[in-house]
Amino acid sequence: MSNRVVIVNHGLCNLNSIARALEECGGNVVVTDDPGDLNDADRIVLPGVGAFAAAMANLHAKGLDEAICENVVRRSVPLLGICLGMQLLAESSTEGGDCRGLGLLSGAVVKFESQRGERIPHMGWNAVESTGLTTLFDGIPSNTDFYFVHSYHLSCPDATVAARTNYCGGFVSAVAQGSVVAVQFHPEKSQKAGFRLLQNFLAL
Amino acid sequence: MLKLRIIPTLLFKDVGLVKGVGFDSWRRVGSAMQTVKVYNMREVDELVFFDISATPDKRRPDFKQIEELAAECFMPMTVGGGVRTVEDIRDLLMVGADKVAINTAAVETPRIITEGATSFGVQCIVVGIDVKVTATGWEVYTHCGTRPTGLDPVAHALAVEALGAGEILLTSINRDGTMTGYDVEITRRVAEAVSIPVIASGGAGNYGHMAEVLRGSKVAAVAAASIYHFTEQTPKEAKNFLRDQGFMVRQ
Repeated sequence: MSNRVVIVNHGLCNLNSIARALEECGGNVVVTDDPGDLNDADRIVLPGVGAFAAAMANLHAKGLDEAICENVVRRSVPLLGICLGMQLLAESSTEGGDCRGLGLLSGAVVKFESQRGERIPHMGWNAVESTGLTTLFDGIPSNTDFYFVHSYHLSCPDATVAARTNYCGGFVSAVAQGSVVAVQFHPEKSQKAGFRLLQNFLAL
Repeated sequence: MLKLRIIPTLLFKDVGLVKGVGFDSWRRVGSAMQTVKVYNMREVDELVFFDISATPDKRRPDFKQIEELAAECFMPMTVGGGVRTVEDIRDLLMVGADKVAINTAAVETPRIITEGATSFGVQCIVVGIDVKVTATGWEVYTHCGTRPTGLDPVAHALAVEALGAGEILLTSINRDGTMTGYDVEITRRVAEAVSIPVIASGGAGNYGHMAEVLRGSKVAAVAAASIYHFTEQTPKEAKNFLRDQGFMVRQ
């Protein structure tokens, strides 16, 4: 199986570490902001840190929003959303006013509300408990720590929840819906467990 | 549950890594790239990298060097030193920094905190606060600990949080490099005042010092440098020690 992995560049962050991590895991990696490159992708990665509104505006300006949706809806290309990339796939976000997302994932992105003095952003290593919905976590023991850095999270139907993490009463740290999988943490910064997850994505 | 982070701090000056005492008397301690590779192998939680001569030398950060280091760094890296403008923040993120630390500019042009947070997200804006003990309390210093600002650290911390900082790296200049323990009192005050994560820095000489500041203040992480450069102590052993003391750390 050919593994042409196209990383979507929305221009707000460095993509070297995700590109290098995917290469180490055996992917044939292309980083692009050209929507045409998505049409022959075997897999798409929507990465990112940054602000929701700015990222959506950049995707839209290049026509990348349409290209992502078309390739996922029409061709069922496996797509991995990471951190802000996961949030961009949702229907909407309250970050920076009410913003519309790509709508490939059910649910809305909302800000953490501190319950017992938890600090926000949620920053650092926290345990991820897989629900078994996707093979993304195969070979990774449940409650393995991954690296998080975010203030917003996806609120979505139970049916799409692939993993949960305990913070501010608990939140969804991974989802799977159709050909889309998405994680709120950073596999490319999560060392061994992160690399295993990326290998699993390349095998989807 | 969110784990406490154990963070090695790397200070870069001229051509290599250095470590001083009280932000002075710098000693060479090795090559940046070698050190990053070693910490990668040891699965360190996170790294803080400061180019300490950038602001005093009035130059921009060394983007090429950060890019080379970031390419080898499969763990989160905060980069600081010489960050003056939103362009500096953007360029550091673009070459691979996960978070950018702003110190002098957070005092001189605080609007870059807000502009940076709006463009890139609050999670990547770290404000470095360097404090020195005075006759009546503590004072914030800039320019690598050389310039007093008249600012109270707690008030400054609250101000930068309101402007959009996502994390505070609080360093005691008095304790820096002395290996006599963190300044627990000012750390406690700052960490209690703000609701963003605070990293304690300056003074760690042994694992017991880390336990002391973690018990005495609500910090999310402990940073240290001398302990790793000048002794046989390691981040891994620090975690084992802290775990045995009942703290939640990543194994």
